[in-house]
Amino acid sequence: MSQDIALQVNNLRVSYKTGDQDVKAVDDVSFKLYAGERLGIVGESGSGKTTLALALMRLHKPPAYIMGGEAILDGSDILALEREEIRQTRWSKLSLIPQGSMNSLNPVIKIKYQMADAIEAHERGWSRSESMKHIAHLLGRVGLPESVAEMYPHELSGGMKQRVCIALAIILEPSVIIADEPTSALDVVVQRVVMQTLNDVQAQLNAAMIIIGHDMGLMAQSADRLAVMYAGKMVEVSPISSFFKDPQHPYSKLLISSLPSPEEKRELAGIPGSQPSLLDLPSGCAFHPRCPVAVDHCKQVIPELRDISGDRRAACHLVEEQAS
Amino acid sequence: MKSKHLLEFDNVTMAFGGNRRNPEGVVALEDLNLVIRDDEPRIIAIAGESGSGKTTLARLGLGMIKPTGGQVIYKGQDLWEMSTQERRDYRREVQAIFQDPFAVYNPFYTIDRLLLTPIRTFKLAKKKAEARELIEDALTKVGLRADEVLGRYPHQLSGGQRQRIVVARSLLLQPKIIVADEPVSMIDASLRANILTKLKELRDEFGISLLYITHDLATAHQISDVIFVLYRGRVVEMGDASTVIRHPQHPYTQLLVSSIPRPDPENTWEGRVEIPLEELTPGGDRQGCLFRHRCPHAMAECETTPGQYVGSYGQSVACYLYSENGKVAEAH
Repeated sequence: MSQDIALQVNNLRVSYKTGDQDVKAVDDVSFKLYAGERLGIVGESGSGKTTLALALMRLHKPPAYIMGGEAILDGSDILALEREEIRQTRWSKLSLIPQGSMNSLNPVIKIKYQMADAIEAHERGWSRSESMKHIAHLLGRVGLPESVAEMYPHELSGGMKQRVCIALAIILEPSVIIADEPTSALDVVVQRVVMQTLNDVQAQLNAAMIIIGHDMGLMAQSADRLAVMYAGKMVEVSPISSFFKDPQHPYSKLLISSLPSPEEKRELAGIPGSQPSLLDLPSGCAFHPRCPVAVDHCKQVIPELRDISGDRRAACHLVEEQAS
Repeated sequence: MKSKHLLEFDNVTMAFGGNRRNPEGVVALEDLNLVIRDDEPRIIAIAGESGSGKTTLARLGLGMIKPTGGQVIYKGQDLWEMSTQERRDYRREVQAIFQDPFAVYNPFYTIDRLLLTPIRTFKLAKKKAEARELIEDALTKVGLRADEVLGRYPHQLSGGQRQRIVVARSLLLQPKIIVADEPVSMIDASLRANILTKLKELRDEFGISLLYITHDLATAHQISDVIFVLYRGRVVEMGDASTVIRHPQHPYTQLLVSSIPRPDPENTWEGRVEIPLEELTPGGDRQGCLFRHRCPHAMAECETTPGQYVGSYGQSVACYLYSENGKVAEAH
């Protein structure tokens, strides 16, 4: 992994306008994404993962709006780009595999025309035959036969559709790929094939990738670093191996202990309580009502995400800084 | 003997469609045998990918569809030949929990109605206070407080709460069997453990058997006693859940188990998997072992459908690799 930064997000804040009060779905999130790296982002539903992804693509829709922050990609701030500029950036520099994207393929248009659409929106100069050649090449990259180009979505299985979506995302060889729950609703074996494809493609392009999900197992299998979100904030960012060996934030610890393992049978430890409503966040650390080790200080002061050793960050008052 | 069987699938086959060109239709489930006994509550996991027939099995067990072959028998009586009274008892004693805790609720009604309806239908209570007591009791059993949920609308509750309310509703009826089709797949990991623990308590505290339909072998391992692994409508491996998951014998089960993404970065997937395209369309040829096109051990014999052989750890495996161990005896 090189240390070139592909995407740097600083203090990103995204809110949803509701009746009288704004809901902070992404609250002061900062992270760096290195070139060629796979960053996993996990969190429960409602923790702000998808809002984060959509905001980075500038695809968020009202009532969501970006309150502040910046996201530097290739020297420019995506969040400040003009409409036409962001349109050019999307797909060519930054692409998204949206959640449930396999269901977003148009059922009455052949795969090849759906793919050609994206190419022609960006590369005006290409002829049809050039686009078609490129499409065949892309399908090969995601392990699908060329004949898929001539098919309609209903002729493909879920895993194949998902691979078409991966092919769509890499049409213009972006430097950053965001995959939002790329394998939800797929079977274990198909999931494995799709992740394998995604990782191959990412390695070939040497793109940086953000994988959003809630399956810790999947993250352990494919991410290099892992960021945990809770109630709109990032609470821990760690390299994957140290995360699983020695999670720092109490929430991360509970997440790991609630995982069922196929090897051993043991009592499952759930996390007590449920995620707070973003409309009515607890004071101080949002996790304190569920936290087994919370002290008084946690109820008053919101902990900042800070460095605890060379490559690890956590947002908890009780995590000691480690000598690195 | 028969009286000890609570619910029994006797050589059940379910085919959908069928026309002149393809008289067999699409076979979703083939020659399935499964018994839930009334003297020992057990959690039976039915595992498989989409298209393996596991939801068809659930719907057959709930009497929602009529099998095209064989019989589904409850307390010695074919589900489709029951008298009104028998059917009523069956309806009460076999309950369902579905996958999506968001889709089973009518958004316009409060939770109270959902819980009161079965009480009214089966006349479980004479007075309002009595009904309220039953409801509170059922909610407590699933770890919810009545004042937390009663009077609320579905959208005011979290997924975990909704799924627990569905469990509470089945408990109201004091069922003998609960058919749970992917009850935790749409629930966040942190709550999943709580729901699974609750399901296990149903067996231990109330003697309720559970048909746990899932694609997730890791959770199946945590809570079930017995597992059936289905592949395209056939049982490929069956036995003690821990044994099957720790020592899978059928090449398909082995692939499934090795594909579980383990939460351990040091222990990543080994090798690559490819899925041949002809495997992706259901139906088609049902001669021979259905897994042979993907199987690393495929042999000439696999062209004929294998029977159930004894696996190396005592489970039953539909694979010729174990044919020298002899066939599994028919007794259950």
